Amino acid sequence: MKRLKPSLVFIFLVMPCSLLVAFTYYPAIKSLFSSFWNQGTSRRPSKFVGLENYQTLLADDVLAQILWNNALYALVTIPISIGLSIGMALLVNSKIKGTSLMRLSFFLPTMLPMIAVANIWLFFYAPGIGLISQIMQYFGFEPINFLGDASTSLWSMIVVAIWKESGLFMIFYLAALQAVPANLKEAAKIEGASGIQVFFDVVLPLLKPTTIFVAVNALINSFRLIDHVIVMTEGGPNNSSALLLYYIYEVTFAYRDFAYGSALTVFLVALLGLMALFQFKILDKKAHYQ
Amino acid sequence: MKKSNKIIAGLTAMLMSTGSAFAADLEFYFPVGVNAPAVQTITDLVDAWVVQNPQHTVKAIYAGNYDETTTKALTAAKAGSPPHVAVLLAADIFTLVEEEVVTPISDLANSDADKEWLDGFYKGFMKDAIFEGKTYAVPFQRSTPVLYYNKEAFKKAGLDINTPPKTWEEMIEMGKKLTIKDDNGNVTQWGTRVPTLGGGAAWIYGGLVISNGGLLSSDNGVDVHLDTPEAIGALEFLVELAEQGVMAKGGISWGDTPKAFIEGNTASMWTSTGNLKFVSDNADFDWGVGFMPGGKGPGAPVGGGNFYIFDGITDEEKAASLDFIKYMTSAENAAKWSIATGYIAPRADTWETPVMKEYAATLPQALVARDQLEYAGREFASFQRGKVTSFLIDAVEASVGGQSTPAEALAKAQKLADAVLNEYK
Repeated sequence: MKRLKPSLVFIFLVMPCSLLVAFTYYPAIKSLFSSFWNQGTSRRPSKFVGLENYQTLLADDVLAQILWNNALYALVTIPISIGLSIGMALLVNSKIKGTSLMRLSFFLPTMLPMIAVANIWLFFYAPGIGLISQIMQYFGFEPINFLGDASTSLWSMIVVAIWKESGLFMIFYLAALQAVPANLKEAAKIEGASGIQVFFDVVLPLLKPTTIFVAVNALINSFRLIDHVIVMTEGGPNNSSALLLYYIYEVTFAYRDFAYGSALTVFLVALLGLMALFQFKILDKKAHYQ
Repeated sequence: MKKSNKIIAGLTAMLMSTGSAFAADLEFYFPVGVNAPAVQTITDLVDAWVVQNPQHTVKAIYAGNYDETTTKALTAAKAGSPPHVAVLLAADIFTLVEEEVVTPISDLANSDADKEWLDGFYKGFMKDAIFEGKTYAVPFQRSTPVLYYNKEAFKKAGLDINTPPKTWEEMIEMGKKLTIKDDNGNVTQWGTRVPTLGGGAAWIYGGLVISNGGLLSSDNGVDVHLDTPEAIGALEFLVELAEQGVMAKGGISWGDTPKAFIEGNTASMWTSTGNLKFVSDNADFDWGVGFMPGGKGPGAPVGGGNFYIFDGITDEEKAASLDFIKYMTSAENAAKWSIATGYIAPRADTWETPVMKEYAATLPQALVARDQLEYAGREFASFQRGKVTSFLIDAVEASVGGQSTPAEALAKAQKLADAVLNEYK
């Protein structure tokens, strides 16, 4: 192989490195620095406040509620979408008719952009005039104010997230299912295992690496995807459907409090870092790789 | 602009001191709330000004919604290249003053003719353009909420189609007659619909407080009055609407409201005049517009966007910007803008133009909003507007959602707001 000229090597290295520095490392370090200053304006210059932003963070009632929302959101969304996607993958991997149509329809929500999805669901959920409301009224039920009621708004978001994500995870499970060697399943059957036993004792353990991959992705998404919150509820009513990243966006760009926004960002990064550490240290050891 | 450019511009201006034919390249940021024809109308108006003033150029930049446009303008100003002119939220005056990025227009427009021009705007719209005695903004795309009502629903309920409710008591009384249930006891048509979620709801709620004899915020941007009896009474009325079965329970979104009205899901709605065009294009029934029903009398908040001129530009550019604003708010152009969008023309002379008279004849509903201005007060605004308004929004949402009583929720909001605003005192 011909060696590249040193100057060319330099150019190829500088380009990605400078992008990485400009859009990842510099903002990260800058956020950390800004979090020790307060928000200044021309009339009130910013000053060093040490850990004051972090004290605010600890005393922030809204943040406490939002962390609870986010925990609930992740704890419900992740297992349900994993269960659902395994079910869908088994269904489209079976020998029944119409599997390609099923694959398409299960995968369709994933292909739509989140903003479009949120607008569709906004119409489904609208009380009185929306699709779900009209169906309920047809059968004589009292319509539910899904997004306007603090007790249902977060759950309505969870449903959208599951609907949107399961299709994508199904693809990973489908690939994993097709990689399960047929001789293992046959051997189990010869030994007299039932279909259910084959699934739980042979197939499921072999799916474990996929499950870890999917779980990590789902966890990241539960902190990363907030488009539907912006479009559907803006975190309301009374912060009942707000998630952590949405709160950061609101504090930073709607309230223009870049200092507190930075402190929240540092907090989010630390939280995600801890979770990633846990997942890779603990879960990875338990996975069965072939 | 580079320093050398400034010097050249200054020299050029001196050389041409007898004439006024200096050249300016203006940057103009504008936001659009909704529909596309608005962008087209703005572009047409800008082009027409450049044709009249060939020595100047204008780059009209669509910068997103109000919040995004303010953020972009502030960022550009901080980076040393501010836009020359921008249409930004009237309520953002305190933010812009605090960041010291805008020039008082009253400092630029100081001839007698200029003063007369400034006096020509409706007083209701000037209330939130003035700070510390100086006029910082010129009204452009202004609006106010009104009550839209379905005349056919009124007729069916045995109500007079030309007298919408004027007071809160009448609203509840008429609302009960207008509410229709199906065989299962579920409501198919509500009496009324007042948005109670998000910023739009806080805006309308501010109007309820004004009609009840109060005002949520003040001219200095520091004192807010969220826990007054007037404010508590207004929030109790919102809760009562649902308790009396006149309005749906729980939070009501701003965005679905016009749709619910068009579909007959509600017999009346409280929303911005910015929806006049949407309703007149889509309603297949006869509809009318009335003042917002009031507590102790009529009352409404003003809202929408004003023209601001930025600091950090040359005096020639400021003069050209002022000229541009005068053109955009002139009678003929304000009429074009008002007809295309539903915003209220901000000057009395606009309503005297033939096109505007014709528009008012075909859509008399537009006149109601103008007449309501007499009773209008400023929109909720303060320093740190975004944060302080979020306390107000939470209070309204918590009360309507039944998590808190109006008095408790507003007392909490007042406490949080004072904590933020104390350092400005």
